[in-house]
Amino acid sequence: MMAAALRVAETPERPKSLTEPRWVRWSLTAVALVFLMVFLLVPLAVVFSEALSKGWRVYLASITEPEALSAIRLTLLTAAISVPLNLIFGLAAAWSITKFQFPGKNILITLIDLPFAVSPVISGLIFVLLFGARGWFGPWLDAHDIHILFAVPGIVLATIFVTFPFVARELIPVMQSTGTDQEEAALVLGAGGWQMFFRVTLPSVKWGLLYGVILCNARAMGEFGAVSVVSGHIRGLTNTMPLHVEILYNEYNFTAAFAVASLLAFLALVTLAAKAYVEHRFHEH
Amino acid sequence: MGFTVFYLSLVVLIPLSTLFLKTATLNWHSFVQEVTSPRVVASYRLTFGASLIGALINGFFGLIVAWVLVRYKFPGHRLLDAMVDLPFALPTAVAGIALTAVYAGNGWIGRYLEPHGIKVAYTPLGVLVALTFIGLPFVVRTLQPVIAEMDPDVEEAAASLGADRWQTFWRVILPSLGPAWLTGFALAFARALGEYGSVIFISGNMPMRTEITALLIVTKLEQYDYAGATAIATVMLLASFAILFLINVLQSRTQKGRI
Repeated sequence: MMAAALRVAETPERPKSLTEPRWVRWSLTAVALVFLMVFLLVPLAVVFSEALSKGWRVYLASITEPEALSAIRLTLLTAAISVPLNLIFGLAAAWSITKFQFPGKNILITLIDLPFAVSPVISGLIFVLLFGARGWFGPWLDAHDIHILFAVPGIVLATIFVTFPFVARELIPVMQSTGTDQEEAALVLGAGGWQMFFRVTLPSVKWGLLYGVILCNARAMGEFGAVSVVSGHIRGLTNTMPLHVEILYNEYNFTAAFAVASLLAFLALVTLAAKAYVEHRFHEH
Repeated sequence: MGFTVFYLSLVVLIPLSTLFLKTATLNWHSFVQEVTSPRVVASYRLTFGASLIGALINGFFGLIVAWVLVRYKFPGHRLLDAMVDLPFALPTAVAGIALTAVYAGNGWIGRYLEPHGIKVAYTPLGVLVALTFIGLPFVVRTLQPVIAEMDPDVEEAAASLGADRWQTFWRVILPSLGPAWLTGFALAFARALGEYGSVIFISGNMPMRTEITALLIVTKLEQYDYAGATAIATVMLLASFAILFLINVLQSRTQKGRI
């Protein structure tokens, strides 16, 4: 990294009067590198180093024990339900916001962003107030033997809530910039509503859509605060991967905690790579 | 359209409104007593204070990082650019245990700080480190496009009128970055206020000292004190809505300014 800093290339496209002296460029680059290293690379490296500190055998055992596997399964299940639902909603919301005119449009956009402004803990709390034993629907649910809180449905609901805005907010600007000309052309040429949607609208927004889904999925699999409030931490039943990490860590089982965490860190790296790839493709178009 | 509003109401609006309805059932006197008790006030001080300082740190270093990433090309520059989003992609619980491991007394960085009397993990300083980490991308990501789109003519004009680089930076470049910087700063601040997962591991969670407000809400819930949790949550929610509102005003101003 320091070698990279020392080889800061000349910036040929900018004349001397429009860039900083070389020593300023070097020191600014060095400051940026050190800051990012201390805050990003070191914590990331620590996860993998701690996970492997007792060797591969312990690592593999930690991520294949039954409770870890059930946490992995629940995390995948939660993402498999919440991501498609928010994908469909995101498409519908972006579609109605960008292709039609109606009063209250800006309010709708603000409301879609709302879950981003709510603390994860509060996102969990509202579902406790709704479905908890002393919540609004609690007594009724109890009477009918339906379990939402401290069970899988609660985890899915809280995850849907916190990942709600991702797809819609990525799609809205993309759909805005493509306009309605192509769709009108398709309709004039005799395409039906669905045909137009699948042949014209969807292909034109596919990169924006993919981008939103990648971010939505990362959050769905990694959500901690909201899920922690509604899950009840029942091992092997309502533990998602992040919650399993917490339990192992609090039991001073650090190697196992970091082993499961390393899977989530790997997921984060895949997310970043996929994101960079989509951004790259998006700029080409 | 109908589906959009229906799903939005079902998933977001109805659940969120229960919070305010629940608050409305509390009596005013006990509400005030709840949200102004010494332990709660101490948690506000820590949460707001550390969030503010964290956002300021990100404001300073974020400006440098954004500038370096846009203006200077060096090997690994692309990789670093992609890494900036790590705090968004890394689950907060993982970030929490990783930062704790790094800054604990025997950690990679902690072991060099401890001999100098600087304790990070399990102190308010640890809370600050976690909140700085999760707010890191905001200032960088809001500044990058603005720096990239900056018209070179303006800098050229300043240079040809005899300004040196330093004057150009202070008088021309910095003011034009102002609104975007402020937006990034406010976003980082708002995110830090509600943060839970990355903080609770490194903070040690000592009441009155290193206990953040989000944790206090969870603690009250675990004791089945729904009323107390709801009251504190309402205060936090109103604070983040106020910030969100300011951000929206800022953004609509900037957009008008650009046209």
